[in-house]
Amino acid sequence: MTEFESLAVPGPIPTNVSRPFWDAAREGLFTLQRCDACGSWVFYPRSHCPHCWNPRLSWHQASGRGTVKSFSAIHRPGHPAWTAAVPYVVALIELAEGPTMLSTLVDVALDSVRVSMRVGVRFVLVGKFALPMFAPLQQPSKEADSVHSTQ
Amino acid sequence: MAGRSLGAIAGIGELKPVRRTQGATTLGLIAETIRLAVEDAGLEKDAIDGLLVGPQVGETPQHVPATVAEYLGIQPRMANVVDLGGASGAGMVWRAAAAISAGMCDAVVCVLANTREDEVSRSPNRNPIREFDVPFGASGANISYALPMQRHMAEYGSTPEQFARIAAAARHNAQFNPLAIFHGHPASVQDILASPIIASPLHLYEIVMPVAGGEAVVVVSPERARGLKHPPVHLLGAGEKVTHRAISQAPSLTSGPLKPAMQQALARAGTNAGAMSLLALYDCYTVMVALTIEDAGLCPAGGFGRWVEDHSLGYDGDFPLNTHGGQLGFGQPDLAGGMTHVVETVRQLRHEAGVRQIRNAQLALVTGNGATISEATALVLAADS
Repeated sequence: MTEFESLAVPGPIPTNVSRPFWDAAREGLFTLQRCDACGSWVFYPRSHCPHCWNPRLSWHQASGRGTVKSFSAIHRPGHPAWTAAVPYVVALIELAEGPTMLSTLVDVALDSVRVSMRVGVRFVLVGKFALPMFAPLQQPSKEADSVHSTQ
Repeated sequence: MAGRSLGAIAGIGELKPVRRTQGATTLGLIAETIRLAVEDAGLEKDAIDGLLVGPQVGETPQHVPATVAEYLGIQPRMANVVDLGGASGAGMVWRAAAAISAGMCDAVVCVLANTREDEVSRSPNRNPIREFDVPFGASGANISYALPMQRHMAEYGSTPEQFARIAAAARHNAQFNPLAIFHGHPASVQDILASPIIASPLHLYEIVMPVAGGEAVVVVSPERARGLKHPPVHLLGAGEKVTHRAISQAPSLTSGPLKPAMQQALARAGTNAGAMSLLALYDCYTVMVALTIEDAGLCPAGGFGRWVEDHSLGYDGDFPLNTHGGQLGFGQPDLAGGMTHVVETVRQLRHEAGVRQIRNAQLALVTGNGATISEATALVLAADS
């Protein structure tokens, strides 16, 4: 079992706009921007709402739940520093609030991942950052099948 | 010819792809590729008064057209960068024709070339992908194409064999192109399925081989093209669409921006995908061809697998597809990879494709695709009549 914490991989480089997302993540909170004008939820963080161009967006705690839109088990990563973690699962998560984000799946057996699987956020320390990764909402029965432990 | 010519391709230049270069410079390869294309057009150097080039990440971040023009000793009246990833080549062709129609210039060279030196520099990006994809272990294009492929399989029940068939057809076609990197190296569906999984469900042989190379075309007006060295190849229609950058932001994982781009290009040309002598479809990965076949309306959504089983995709088949081997068979010389589809189409429509000549080739659909099914350009090209 591989622990992500020990990986020396490229971390996020926050901007002034996105920093609240990463600051909240460090506190274990999954937050998203919501447009003050049209009410749309927005991910990734932006200065303007991509739906109505309103420049006022506020941060709100989000459900941290979503469904797997698609996924891939990575055997040969694009960045060499991730090689220590293979195979790991990258997924597109359609968040309950609407937007889709890319993340990593944890605490899941490789052969049990499915499109439409329901997942919930699980913060995992990678380097200096707490990254919002996702795990199945119903845990697989056999812990030994897990490809990753998140401590 | 189905419609009115919007412009003509009068010259082509292509470098034989190689796995590695030693001491080559991007400017040097660009110069050689341009020289070949202008010579092929039967034009003099000084006739070139328009220049379209690609971005040069990490090498010449700004002022790329001026750098290339200075290097080649030309002084264009129109110069620009076309930055649409794999759609850049196709995107250059209609931009060149539009610039000529607007009276800005008369003869435009469109060029893309790249080296592959041993020293590989990592991209210095500071953008949303770098912040929100890379930290989750999703660097590079392979993962971004594995995701739509997995989604297609889940949504439509398409199979690994059906995707592999596309790569096998590309390898087959490469056997008729001595320039192709996989010339002499055919691969069966079984071979492709036996190659390692890189990012499930994507196999190694479903991914293009990165190579160094260069591709260029010269575009002039249809009137100017007559009387030059080769019969002109006419642009009858073009369409373009950009929908997103990162795959997480894609409006759909199973249909892309090529759908409206192809619809626009085909409508302008007054034709449809089924009437093409050649399908020159951008093929960075097998899934890209699968989605394009569906988006072109050649089969219903989700039905590419049946379609590739039912048709023969060689130069002598009922639906010749990427007769040069595609990028899956020819190799992908970075951004120039998209231009290989244009150059091959010109050869076929001039009836100069040699052993792989499609009989009575008249019309072709060329597609370009950039980033992660993000940037799309479609062209309809026709033989001179």
